[in-house]
Amino acid sequence: MLKGATELRSSFIVSVDMQGIVKRFGPVIANDHVNFQVYAGEIHALLGENGAGKSTTMSMLSGVYRADAGDISIDGKRVRIHSPKDAMALGVGMVFQNFRLVQSLTAAENVVLGEKSSFWRGARWMKEKQREIEAISERFGLAFPVDRPIWQLSVGEQQRVEIVKTLYRGARIIILDEPTSVLTPGEAEQLFQTLERMKREGKSVIITTHKLKEVMATSDRISVMRKGKMITTINKSETNERELARLMVGREIVLTKQQKRPIPGKLLLNVQQLDVEADHGRKALSALQLRVHEGEIVGVAGVAGNGQKELAEVLTGLRAWKGGSIHFNGKEIKTASVRSAIEAGISHIPENRMKSGLAGSLGIVDNLLFKSYRTEDHSRLGFLRASKNRMWSQELVEQFDVKTPDLETPVQQLSGGNQQKLLFAREITRKPRLMVAVHPTQGLDIGATEGVHRLLNELRNSGSGVLLISEDLDEVLQLSDRVLVIYNGQIIGEISAEHADRERIGMLMAGLSTAGEAAV
Amino acid sequence: MELTTQLLIAAIAAGTPLLFATLGGIMNERAGIIQLGAEGLMLMGAVTACLTYLQTGSLSLALLAVFGVSAALGLIHAFLCVTLRANQIVSGLAVTLFGTGFSAYLGKSVSGQPLGTTVPRLQLPWLEPIPVIGPIFANLNLFTWVSFVLVIAMHVFIHRTSWGLHLRALGDNPATADVMGIRVQLFRYGYVIVGAALIGLAGANMLLVYSPTWIEGMTAGRGWIAVALVIFARWNPIRALFCAYFFGVLDTLGFRIQLTGSDIPPYFLKMIPYVVTILVLMFLGWRNRNKPSGTPEALGQPYIREQRF
Repeated sequence: MLKGATELRSSFIVSVDMQGIVKRFGPVIANDHVNFQVYAGEIHALLGENGAGKSTTMSMLSGVYRADAGDISIDGKRVRIHSPKDAMALGVGMVFQNFRLVQSLTAAENVVLGEKSSFWRGARWMKEKQREIEAISERFGLAFPVDRPIWQLSVGEQQRVEIVKTLYRGARIIILDEPTSVLTPGEAEQLFQTLERMKREGKSVIITTHKLKEVMATSDRISVMRKGKMITTINKSETNERELARLMVGREIVLTKQQKRPIPGKLLLNVQQLDVEADHGRKALSALQLRVHEGEIVGVAGVAGNGQKELAEVLTGLRAWKGGSIHFNGKEIKTASVRSAIEAGISHIPENRMKSGLAGSLGIVDNLLFKSYRTEDHSRLGFLRASKNRMWSQELVEQFDVKTPDLETPVQQLSGGNQQKLLFAREITRKPRLMVAVHPTQGLDIGATEGVHRLLNELRNSGSGVLLISEDLDEVLQLSDRVLVIYNGQIIGEISAEHADRERIGMLMAGLSTAGEAAV
Repeated sequence: MELTTQLLIAAIAAGTPLLFATLGGIMNERAGIIQLGAEGLMLMGAVTACLTYLQTGSLSLALLAVFGVSAALGLIHAFLCVTLRANQIVSGLAVTLFGTGFSAYLGKSVSGQPLGTTVPRLQLPWLEPIPVIGPIFANLNLFTWVSFVLVIAMHVFIHRTSWGLHLRALGDNPATADVMGIRVQLFRYGYVIVGAALIGLAGANMLLVYSPTWIEGMTAGRGWIAVALVIFARWNPIRALFCAYFFGVLDTLGFRIQLTGSDIPPYFLKMIPYVVTILVLMFLGWRNRNKPSGTPEALGQPYIREQRF
C-alpha cells in the first residue's frame, strides 16, 4: 500500500519489480540478490558485460529459469513464474538472442504456434491470421514476408518475426536480449524506432546490451549489472558513456588509442575470383577478391551469413572451393588441406572456440599440442615427449597468462577468456605468417577483449598478416589497417582505416554499394 | 487375375505392416525421439496378438492387448529418453533386444500353431469392374482400410491442425515450442506412446493377416526396414505409403521368383529387400546431398529447459 502511494507521487507506474533475486548454476552465482524495477512506458536498458548475469535475470522474468530466491511482482501483484507460459499469461514476452523460431515453419506459423484456440487450421484460417499479423507488423514498422519459411529470411527479418510474436500474443512487457548483435547499423536504427513506437503505446521495453552507444541512444533509464550483482539504476539524462563504462567494468578503462601503423610488407595472401559453395549447394562466395600483406590487419566487416564462415574455412583448408585461385606467400594453393595450411603457417582462431578450436574434455597440454605434435620438438618416433611437453605448456600458460588450476584441467572448465588465451597461445607460438581470426572476442569481457586486441596488434607488428573477420563493427574499425565489407559472398567495398566511417560501412553491410543507392 | 493385380495385392499385403510401423516411427521422430525399438515392438505386438487370440478367440481383445503391451514399452522408452534423457539409440536398441528375447520366450508354447483367424474383409463388389485396381479394392481386409484412413488422417493432422503445428515444432526446436507454451515433455511422451502402439499394431497385422502362425523372430528385420522407411519417406505419411508398398513388392518378388523354379538360391532372393534398402539409402543420400534432408532438427536431442544456452 505504502509503495503504491510513492509510485503515485512520482507519477510512475512500476510494471516489473524484481526483489532479492538469487540464481545459482552449480557453484556459480549468476544472480546475487538482484533488485530490478521497470516502469510502464519506458525503455529500460540493462547494461553489463558478458557473464554479468543480465540474460539470467531476464530468463527468470520470462520463465525460462526459476529463481532460487526472491520475489517478482508484475503491475504491483506478486506473481510466480514457473514457465514461459506463465510469463506470457502475465504479458511478458522475450526476444532471445538465439531466436526461438522453428526453421522449417513459415513466419506466420511461428507467430501462431502457441495459440490454443481452434484445432483446425485450414487455408482460410491461416489467411485470416496472416492479415492480423501483417496489421501488427505495419503498426510497429516490422515488415517481413509472412508466408515464407524462417530459413529463407534474413537475420534482421527473423528478429522482426520474434518481436511480432510477442506483440501478437499481447505482451505488455517486452524483453530484448542483445537485440543489435546480429543487425547492421541501419537495421539497428530501424529497431530503435520500433522500440519508440512500442513505448508510445505504453509498453515496457527492456533491452539487455553491453554497447554503451546504444544505451545512450535509446533508453530512458539504465540499470548496470556486474558479476551477478545489480550495481545501480540511473536516468540516462544524469549520466554519460564514461561513467557507465566505469560502472560496468568496475574500474576506469583507458580506451587504447591506435598506435602508429607499420608500413605493410610484401603480398602474403592473394585470393582471386574465388567461388565457394555452402553446405547445401547454395553459393556462399562468388568471384571474391582479397589481398593481405605482411604486417597489416585486414578487417572483414559484414552481417552474419554473408560468406564469412566459408571464407575462413577455405583459407584454413577446411573447405574445398569451386573456382578461382589462392596464392599464399607466392605459391599457389591447389587443394584444401588443413595440414598443408598449418605447415604453410596459417593460424586459425575459429568462430566457435569450443566446437572447432579446442577439445573440451582434454587438458591444457593436449590442446596446446594439436598443431605441433608431429614436430621433432614434441614427439619422437611417434611417441610424445611427455615431460618436455609439460614444461613447454607450463611456459605458454605463464606467458599468455592463462588462469587454470593445473595443466590437466579439462579446458571446458576454464572461463571463455582463458579458453581464448589458450587458443591464442597455441596459434601464436607457431609464429604464423597469416592469422585468420573469426569473431576473436565473442563472449569475452572487456579485460579479455583488450588482451586479444593487444595480441593481434603484436602479431601485426612482428610482420605477420592478420585477417580479422568480425561482426562487431567497432572492433573492426579499431584494429584494422584496411576494412573490407563482405556482402552476399562478395567484397563490395574497401576502405582504409583513416577514411573509415561507420555510416558508409553500415550502408555497404546492408548491400547498398553505391552512393546513389545509399541515398534512397 | 492378371499379374499386375496379383503383384499389387501381394504388395499391399506385405506392405501394410511396414506402413503401420513406418507411421508409428514418423510419430516418434516428428516429436524428436528416435525409435530404434521397432523390431522388438513388432515382435511383442505379434506374440501378444497370438497369445490373446488363442486364449480368448476374440480379435478385438487381441488388438486391445497389443495396444496395451506396445504402449507400455513405448512408455518405458519415453521415460528413458524424455525424463531420464538417456541415449535414445541405446534405449531403442534395448527395446528391440528385450522384445526379441521376451517374445521368443512367451511364444514358445504356441510356436508353429496355426491361428485360423479371419480378419474381416470389406466386400465392395461394385468396384470389381474397374480394371487392374478394381479387384484389389473390392476385397481388402480391415487393417488395410484402417491404414489408408490413418495415412490421410496423419497427413491432415500434421499439416492442418494446431496440434500438428506443435508436433512439427517439437521435433525441430523444442526450446521454441516450450517458450510458446507447449508442454514439450508431456507431448513427447504422448507421441512416443502412440507411435509405439502403432508399431505394435504392425506386428499384430503381420501375424493376423500376413502369416498367421507365430514363429520366433517372424518379423525377420521388417522393423529395421521400417526405421529406414521413415527416412525414405522423409517423415511424411503420404510418401510412407508409397515407400511401404514399394518394399512390399520387393518382399513378394522373392517368393514369386522362387515359385518359377529358378536356380537362384532362396537365401539370395530373401536378401532383396535388405540389399535394396542399402542401395536406396545410398542413392537418396547422393541425390539429396545438397538439400536439407527434412530430418527433424532436434531428433535425438533430449530437452532440458534450464540448460544454459
